[in-house]
Amino acid sequence: MSLRSDLALISEWIKPNAHVLDLGCGDGTLLAHLRDTRQVTGYGLEIDPDNITRCIEADINVIQSDLNQGLAEFANHSFDYVIMTQTLQAVERPDRLLTEMLRVGEEGIVTFPNFGYWKSRLQLFTKGKMPVSDALPNTWYDTDNTHLCTVRDFEDLCALHNIEILRWAAVDLQHRTSRWMNLMPNLLGEVALYHFHRK
Amino acid sequence: MPEILPPDSVGLVTPQTAHFTIPLALDCGRVLPSYDLTYETYGTLNAACSNGVLICHALSGDHHAAGYHSTQDKKPGWWDSAIGPGKPIDTNKFFVVSLNNLGGCKGSTGPVTVNPETGKPFGPDFPIITVRDWVTSQARLGDMLGISQWAAVIGGSLGGMQALQWSIQYPDRLRHCIVIAAAPKLSAQNIAFNEVARQAILSDPEFYAGNYYEYNTVPRRGLMLARMVGHITYLSDDSMRAKFGRELREAKGKLNYGFDEAEFQVESYLRYQGRSFVDRFDANTYLLMTKALDYFDPAADYGDNLTAALKEVQAKFLLISFTSDWRFSSARSREIVKALLDNRKIVSFTEIESPDGHDAFLMPIEPYMQVFEAYMKRVASGVQP
Repeated sequence: MSLRSDLALISEWIKPNAHVLDLGCGDGTLLAHLRDTRQVTGYGLEIDPDNITRCIEADINVIQSDLNQGLAEFANHSFDYVIMTQTLQAVERPDRLLTEMLRVGEEGIVTFPNFGYWKSRLQLFTKGKMPVSDALPNTWYDTDNTHLCTVRDFEDLCALHNIEILRWAAVDLQHRTSRWMNLMPNLLGEVALYHFHRK
Repeated sequence: MPEILPPDSVGLVTPQTAHFTIPLALDCGRVLPSYDLTYETYGTLNAACSNGVLICHALSGDHHAAGYHSTQDKKPGWWDSAIGPGKPIDTNKFFVVSLNNLGGCKGSTGPVTVNPETGKPFGPDFPIITVRDWVTSQARLGDMLGISQWAAVIGGSLGGMQALQWSIQYPDRLRHCIVIAAAPKLSAQNIAFNEVARQAILSDPEFYAGNYYEYNTVPRRGLMLARMVGHITYLSDDSMRAKFGRELREAKGKLNYGFDEAEFQVESYLRYQGRSFVDRFDANTYLLMTKALDYFDPAADYGDNLTAALKEVQAKFLLISFTSDWRFSSARSREIVKALLDNRKIVSFTEIESPDGHDAFLMPIEPYMQVFEAYMKRVASGVQP
């Protein structure tokens, strides 16, 4: 099975033997990949019981947690990286969780669907309706994505919280990037990936 | 026992008793010169003696964890839902050992046992036993069976505390530690409930300072009350509402305007639980078990720092709690999880959605059994044949 596109890219950003916390780790795919390819140790936090069982089957340490409750179980600076893929937009307070990520980890990595993607803009502009796409398949009333943001929004939030962006990438759903996407990530990137730390 | 035994039952089992003659120095300062441990085993010990799984029982449990003692038995062992061929604790893969703890009343040396020095039952003279003492005695049972390292030590409630104690006391003698619906120590509220239970027994006129055996009686009312109050803490408000609501025993909602009869179904249920408990349990043992619970506090030896207490553990951990358990709530399990995380130990934790209160740990709740089974498969895959 091929790794989800954003996960493959993130893996390349992680140093071998790192200690990692994965927020909303799903079935543990990323952690298993990091363990098998980069000797990474760590834990996944997950709320869905089926996913927790999948993690245990994959020999991944998983702690049932509600990210909206913060990361109180973890001491300051206990991880090299705290990762959160495709979850930032679904938590109650993304700003607080970002702060928590950099309290327990030295560096953070997030990925999120970019709401500034041109197709989203076009749907909103032409139809006057909330966009529905492959990256954001749910309608406005049944989506968990209550805090959708654009690339520019995220960078503004980082600036506000003294968070320095170490690197970023903008990709489409197939993990492909392009010169144009790098030039205009907020318009052309479907998924945004950020690697950051505290200034 | 059902006429046709289900294929996932361990079937008919026979308890065994092992006699130990090496004196056991207890936490309380006294010494048991010799003692018996009654136990059952299910499954087969492999050639490398590496597939042993120890089951630790809770307050009122015993060695009879699975299967039936005779075809006349109405109910199987207390954890039959989890132990058997193809069940989470799979007896096709593991050699499962379940014992009656010291101080118990089901065969292991305890207050009902005749003290060889006096020719009379120990009664109230039986020493207070701690969780640490139990674990020491369990390790000796392991030695006797040729098991130097357990594939897993597993327990719920007070049994989970024993599993936790194992990981601290004998870090290299277990590969996995499974702690279910437990806590790192009792809260004031937990101790308070235990105290009510003890006072119920101690103040029964038929308790005779623990020497009721000599008077051919038992403190029925006290033990019954103790069980009734305990039982309330095993259930949840929701499960009691669902089970009994305000249903009356007599139809037509007729009230008796008196105290004699159990009018509400819940009263009748509690009385029944209390009465049947008196027939199968010893009051002195009940007192001892509640004290073992109250005294359990592994962090106490480490400046009340649980993280320090768990620093040297080597086992991999699975912790499970239940949403409606208010006796040992999820927050209590999370205290243990946090201490393990602080030490970067290998640990997984899940909180199972259940309305059944503390008792949920004994029930075959599907997501619970699924995660338990998934974990035990991992345990089995690490067993050297």
